Amino acid sequence: MRRALPVLIALLLAGCGGWQSANDPGGPVARDLQGLFWLFTITCGLVWIAVMGVLAAALLRRPPGTKEERERADRRSVQVVGGAVAGTVLIVAGLTLASYFATRSIASDNPHELVIRLRGYQWWWEVTYADERPDRVIRTANEIHIPVGRPVRFELGSVDVIHSFWVPNLSGKQDMIPGRNNSIVLTADRPGSWRGQCAEFCGLQHAHMALHVVAEPEEDFERWRSAQLAEASAPATEEEEAGKRVLEGKACAACHTVRGTEAAGTLGPDLTHVAGRRYLAAGMLPTTRGAFAAWIADPQSVKPGNNMPMVPLSADELQSVSAYLARLR
Amino acid sequence: MMGSRAMAWRGATIALLLLAGCKREEHQTRLDPPVAEALDAVAAMPNGISGRPPRAIAVMGEPYRSNAYQLSQGKRLYAWFNCQSCHADGGGASGPALMDGWWRYGPDPVSVFISIRDGRPNGMPSFRDALTTEQIWQLTGYVQSLGATSSTAASPNRNDAMQTRPAENQVPSMATLPSPPTAR
Repeated sequence: MRRALPVLIALLLAGCGGWQSANDPGGPVARDLQGLFWLFTITCGLVWIAVMGVLAAALLRRPPGTKEERERADRRSVQVVGGAVAGTVLIVAGLTLASYFATRSIASDNPHELVIRLRGYQWWWEVTYADERPDRVIRTANEIHIPVGRPVRFELGSVDVIHSFWVPNLSGKQDMIPGRNNSIVLTADRPGSWRGQCAEFCGLQHAHMALHVVAEPEEDFERWRSAQLAEASAPATEEEEAGKRVLEGKACAACHTVRGTEAAGTLGPDLTHVAGRRYLAAGMLPTTRGAFAAWIADPQSVKPGNNMPMVPLSADELQSVSAYLARLR
Repeated sequence: MMGSRAMAWRGATIALLLLAGCKREEHQTRLDPPVAEALDAVAAMPNGISGRPPRAIAVMGEPYRSNAYQLSQGKRLYAWFNCQSCHADGGGASGPALMDGWWRYGPDPVSVFISIRDGRPNGMPSFRDALTTEQIWQLTGYVQSLGATSSTAASPNRNDAMQTRPAENQVPSMATLPSPPTAR
């Protein structure tokens, strides 16, 4: 038992770090929230210990015997209760003030901020980088790149049901409500990649509605951004050429866009640079040619209930379309 | 005064009735590929109006007509594939209305299925290459629920946006509708 305890504590502490944890902040907003968390935890812990101490003292003390003793006890209880009330008022006011200062930065406004429109779908995220010039607007899905040190305003909306945007390492939660516009501002102050998760139950695959945020230095971000603006890579082999024809001719093109081809559907994620993203289907599978094949062959076994239908394809068609998609970096 | 045995029977009956509420509708999200293929096998009359639906649908228990999940998927497809642009919310625009009972090719599900899959003259496009057979059946079930020819207890999810028509399971019954439009 004595040997198991340190192991158990180490295992529990392992949950505090990592790429989806509010205890490993990657920016000022998350750091403020972490400070708030510890302030509340420690303050409430001390209050709890004090209350338990007073309770124990009350249970263990000897009842007053003489009249004089009783009067002394009454006087003391007035002092104790008065002190406890004053302490409670002070602590609640202090915590309220701390909470106000910590969450003030979430609603801040900054003219140099990057604006990203995020729309929730059952069960993936549509990411649009706004720009004054329409030809510089980027549409992608499930993976968000942001520059380090620059505030990013997320404008949140939803297409079907209520979702909630939550990247614990960068900020708190904000709901995405159909027919309403919410927004949240966050900044990453160090490079890194973090996992986010829908934080409002949104149906069968709520648990598998993940997103990834990649924070990188400004010049890397600009390089990524101009690469995203380019049209899809041209097929390099005969197999990929055949794959492109499958994508354009079959039901794929009814829902997905691959810029530079005839596929221009707007119901599913934009696939123009799909192989450049780390994960497929909102964090379900790492992006590989095999994962493309598995997903297309049987999407309802990988993520039951999602809106990607099982399109009947021959073995050759499946192979070639997977090869073509793996080319789209 | 009721005996204790009668009380027990009553209690058991009420408990059983309450337990019936625990039954949940099943969402069938995945069709085995052979079943999906069999759904395409409609035997239509030579003029493309009515016929025999695939046996697989009857074997599955008519899910596209009676399962709320399948109807909701159909409703989603109705919006996603822009049926509204011609048929509006069922009231009709450049395409015919769907919420009355008088359909050009009749109330038969096979007619509706063929209309969506193969298209019809005067503007109805074919969705054979855009939708899978299962999706076409979901859409067929939803379109049937729009019409006033029959009703089921199941209904798709409600509209979040403004209502322009009664809910799908509240469409007026055939008896309250005017006579069918005469051919011109």
